Amino acid sequence: MSDRSLLEIDNVQTSFRVGDSYYAAVDGVSLNVERNEVLAIVGESGSGKSALAFSIMGLHNSHKTKIEGSIRLNGKDVNHLSTSELNKVRGKDMGMIFQEPLTALNPLKTIKDQITEALDLHTNFSAKQQNERALHLLNEVGIPRADKVMNQYPHELSGGMRQRVVIAIAISCDPSLLIADEPTTALDATIQSQILDLLNELKEEKDSGIILITHDLGVVAEMADRVAVMYAGQVVELADVMSLFKQPKHPYTRSLLSSVPSTQDEKDMLHVIQGVVPSLPKMPRTGCRFKARIPWMADDTHEENPELREVADGHYVRCTCYKHFYFPEEEAEKDVAAHRE
Amino acid sequence: MSLLTVNNLKVHYPIRGGILRRKIDVVRAVDGITMELERGETYGLVGESGSGKSTSGRAIIGLESPTAGEVTFEGQKLNQLKRQDRREYYKDIQMVFQDPYSSLNPKKRVNDIIAEPIRNFEKRTKDDERRRIQELLELVGLSPESMHKYPHEFSGGQKQRLGVARALALQPKLIIADEPVSALDVSVQAQVLNFMKEIQRELDLTYIFISHDLGVVRHMCNRIGIMYNGRFVEEGSAEDVYDNPQHIYTKRLVAAIPDIDPANRKHQTDFRREVKKEYDNKKAEFFDEHGGVFDLKQVSSTHYAALP
Repeated sequence: MSDRSLLEIDNVQTSFRVGDSYYAAVDGVSLNVERNEVLAIVGESGSGKSALAFSIMGLHNSHKTKIEGSIRLNGKDVNHLSTSELNKVRGKDMGMIFQEPLTALNPLKTIKDQITEALDLHTNFSAKQQNERALHLLNEVGIPRADKVMNQYPHELSGGMRQRVVIAIAISCDPSLLIADEPTTALDATIQSQILDLLNELKEEKDSGIILITHDLGVVAEMADRVAVMYAGQVVELADVMSLFKQPKHPYTRSLLSSVPSTQDEKDMLHVIQGVVPSLPKMPRTGCRFKARIPWMADDTHEENPELREVADGHYVRCTCYKHFYFPEEEAEKDVAAHRE
Repeated sequence: MSLLTVNNLKVHYPIRGGILRRKIDVVRAVDGITMELERGETYGLVGESGSGKSTSGRAIIGLESPTAGEVTFEGQKLNQLKRQDRREYYKDIQMVFQDPYSSLNPKKRVNDIIAEPIRNFEKRTKDDERRRIQELLELVGLSPESMHKYPHEFSGGQKQRLGVARALALQPKLIIADEPVSALDVSVQAQVLNFMKEIQRELDLTYIFISHDLGVVRHMCNRIGIMYNGRFVEEGSAEDVYDNPQHIYTKRLVAAIPDIDPANRKHQTDFRREVKKEYDNKKAEFFDEHGGVFDLKQVSSTHYAALP
């Protein structure tokens, strides 16, 4: 373990109870995050990315969820903590930025009260110090007239301002790990770029690590150092951001990338991934889980028990199907070209 | 003749106050927009939340009553018509809503959801109605048997297709799509966008495409209007707006689009910082003394911008 290492997740399996049986929504994920690093986790809804984040933060309902494997933050196991022990870690060593700022904030409390709540739990600041700290945080996340905003309620603020407040709360105790679950999905483009800049600054200044969960590949391209692509509860590809965008390997990664409308290219039709992410009880547990969505690929291109293997320096891919993968559209074009000749 | 002309359309909401609930001020949600749509084109209405783009769409389709201005559809001024006659025209304009999860009644079967507009406007026999519904379902790529299912039995993309099927039921000429893919995953989004393009060609449809996602808008639209505070700050072809923005607000909006190429990250950040500086310095020049948007001026044959 290097001394830059911050979070180590090893073979984590998060299962939800449906009826009488448990189904794994996160199925054997191993990842690590270093200080001053942004690890992006991408995938469609249902791929298990938020379930993983909630497992790290210990936010799942323990009666309906089973979390196996080890989650170590700064070398300390955070998976098997009691609620009171967890409360000492949550908010202090790790903070979370939630997707929907309106539901993440308490509508009945002023902004000041919501920020000082965390300070109250984790520091021995006096009331005056807490106020100063809250004001300082609001300034830091770029809220104008912070002294006024302190005494306002969430509904009085715009979406972008609310999201900044959520960030201010998440960073109030200088956590070394920040988990941002779709932090800009609900926001307009100009505010999105401001929030992303802000997260970048925080990362540099505090030397903290960020897990960025998003389905927006543009945001990933602009923010991430490394990217983990998740499908059906597993990591199917893991690489530094350059390799992932320039030499994507796994069929799922390539499909996702070609389904995004870009402002540069002029292609008329976008790539569509066939089928849907399988629901939890119906998820295949053996073989390549992406197989059903690329039915034109021959069975023998898949592995029987696909593993995540290193194919280039720091570039991991699951299953062997990537080696022969092609888009049916490409093949059709080739046929047409061959016909002309 | 253009299909739709919108002339100086305004939608103002009164703010009432005091014990007599008198009108003390107005919110100018839409404050004088003018646009023209040709048959078969896709017009993108872009802006940040609160810019009035949805209200504009709702006013055109008659869900909001305009405070002033005219909407002309196929040469007929809609707000001069009597209610009964107007109904006939609104058959030709339909709307697709943002959230397929909440815009379909969960207690109704697909059958009844799609039949609703048909029952409202057309007199069909039961058999005839069923045939039409099956036709529509096939058109949007769903099996005819799905007419007996409930909305929750469909995936997000399929639900949005149901929304489109309902909008197509009366063979409209114009469809106003208000953020039709914002609630969807990228893969599903691609599916719905492709499909919207396909049926546009097949049925010669005209779209007003309302969105805040500039990448999606560029992919879909021939012409684009950028809205700010209820007015257009810029209007033109996709190339005009994205590659040669004239108004400082448009520049900033375009600069904020995330670049999908991580190699451009540094360049993009610097560029954005530059534009932000320019925006802060020059903001006063591009808006009048009350912060209002100027009238549009012609920049080229297709390109208009609200310059002083």
